Amino acid sequence: MRSSQLPLYLMVIPGVLLVLIFSYGPMLGIVIAFQNFIPAKGLLGDQEWIGLDNFLYVLELPNAFRVLWNTLYIAILKIIFGLIVPIAVAILINEVRVMSLKRTIQTTIYLPHFLSWVILGGILIDILSPSEGIVNMMLGWVGIEPIFFLGNNSWFPITLVGSDIWKEFGFGTIVYLAAITGINPELYEAARIDGANRWKQTLHITLPGMRMVIVLMAVLSLGNILNAGFEQVFNLYSPQVYESGDIIDTFVYRIGLMEAQYGVAAAVGLFKSVVSCILVSLAYYLAYRFADYRIF
Amino acid sequence: METKGYKYFTWFNNVFLILLALACLFPLIHVLALSFSSSSAAAAGEVMLWPVEFTLSSYEYVAAKSEFWRSMFVSFQRILLGGTINFLVTILLAYPISREPKEFKPRTFLAWFLFMTMLFNGGLIPWYIVIKEAGLLDTIWALVLPNAVPVFNVILLINFFRQLPKELDEAAYVDGAGHWTILWKIYIPLSLPVLATVTLFSLVMHWNSWFDGLILMNKPDNYPLQSFLQTVIIQQDLSMITSGDLEGLSEISDRTLKSAQIFLGCLPIFLVYPFLQRYFVKGIVIGSVKG
Repeated sequence: MRSSQLPLYLMVIPGVLLVLIFSYGPMLGIVIAFQNFIPAKGLLGDQEWIGLDNFLYVLELPNAFRVLWNTLYIAILKIIFGLIVPIAVAILINEVRVMSLKRTIQTTIYLPHFLSWVILGGILIDILSPSEGIVNMMLGWVGIEPIFFLGNNSWFPITLVGSDIWKEFGFGTIVYLAAITGINPELYEAARIDGANRWKQTLHITLPGMRMVIVLMAVLSLGNILNAGFEQVFNLYSPQVYESGDIIDTFVYRIGLMEAQYGVAAAVGLFKSVVSCILVSLAYYLAYRFADYRIF
Repeated sequence: METKGYKYFTWFNNVFLILLALACLFPLIHVLALSFSSSSAAAAGEVMLWPVEFTLSSYEYVAAKSEFWRSMFVSFQRILLGGTINFLVTILLAYPISREPKEFKPRTFLAWFLFMTMLFNGGLIPWYIVIKEAGLLDTIWALVLPNAVPVFNVILLINFFRQLPKELDEAAYVDGAGHWTILWKIYIPLSLPVLATVTLFSLVMHWNSWFDGLILMNKPDNYPLQSFLQTVIIQQDLSMITSGDLEGLSEISDRTLKSAQIFLGCLPIFLVYPFLQRYFVKGIVIGSVKG
């Protein structure tokens, strides 16, 4: 005897409505990309359809490809180092035998993850300042000329990648440490009896034990190839580093919300959404095939 | 057993990791020290990790600013309202979707309905237009409703609900309990740790969000704290906080003031950090490497 399904339907109503309006609504709203959108007429109003004109307009902007290149460059560097650094640190943390030290290190390196880019942006702007920042002051002690990390086009992307890794590497170690914990201790026992030293054990037991998680994280990060980190760039960039630091998301923000060219900005956004959708779907498919990963 | 080489490695490894951990802390401590230092000490580059010429002037100045308190109030309003709505919607979506298809036919459809939003989104502009046309601009609802369904949290909870033993609700059915009773009396009490995790996720998300406040609020009076801090610290919009009256004050400067506000902006995170750390780690492990 089953109870009625009616309560189940009632339960999902609020959530389904909210998702419909605020997630599926904007999906339908991408029609703006094909319109000469005038906000006063509204989304459902009688807008002028202009086909692909918005897309063609963007392609003729002098910095369109610069922006795409910057996005890919910054995002791919973040993906690569965002994989390597946490894996390496997780293996090193696993070698710490003093439990209290291990816990203290973990607690400390997780912290920056929880702070917003407004806060961290404020901190970075202060400590990286060429005139009074502590970083350049310390560089000065060893005779290095002040570096304008946030204002120099050769340094800006490096600063972005570096500070992003600084914020997230600790938190990134969590999944790898969990994977290491799951490795059967008898494997290490057997290896020791066979005369394998710590380095050999890391190479032949720890790393293979992490293989699945590494593959999974690598595959899932594929979906971020066009995500160079809007919140970070927005808080750290300035017109003098647009050349090296302007990314798709900041570009869309400026064209759309600052210059009110809604159609053009929506077109750029649509391009990003479509490419990301393909990449994320591919990522989930590969994760499912090769790491047996299911979301549900 | 352990070789000499390994002993050296352990030593170097510990030192290296301690330095790495300090590298995560030093920037925060430096800014904290700046906020308690006098402006002249800060400008002279004397402040490292400890306040020089200790003073509370920067904090007194910020505390006297009504804009700061107003945005703090908006933030707390947002957290309270947003957190509650997230909590309810998450549970109410997760329970039905965690049922077997024979118990709740649309479950698979709904799961895909949610999953699709993780694959594709309309982008910033259509999102903004929808919220604008819903008439939410400049209201607290603009910060709460578009974020009302945290899909990742819903999925986390669905997966947790599905691995609860089926015998429990079978027994409850037999006793004549309906779905509301089962959810309230059995599922919720059994999932308190997971609920704590997803609630913390959503509270931190609401506290740290600044971009939506920035673009969805036309009046700076309606900014939540992080949006307010964005304009003051990052955009250096001096009109909002230092209305020219800094000249007469020797103890504080733009720099010490910003440092004080940065610290106040992350203070709530520091306060809940012990819980965050415990539950986030658990949540992230359940969420990413589930069986």
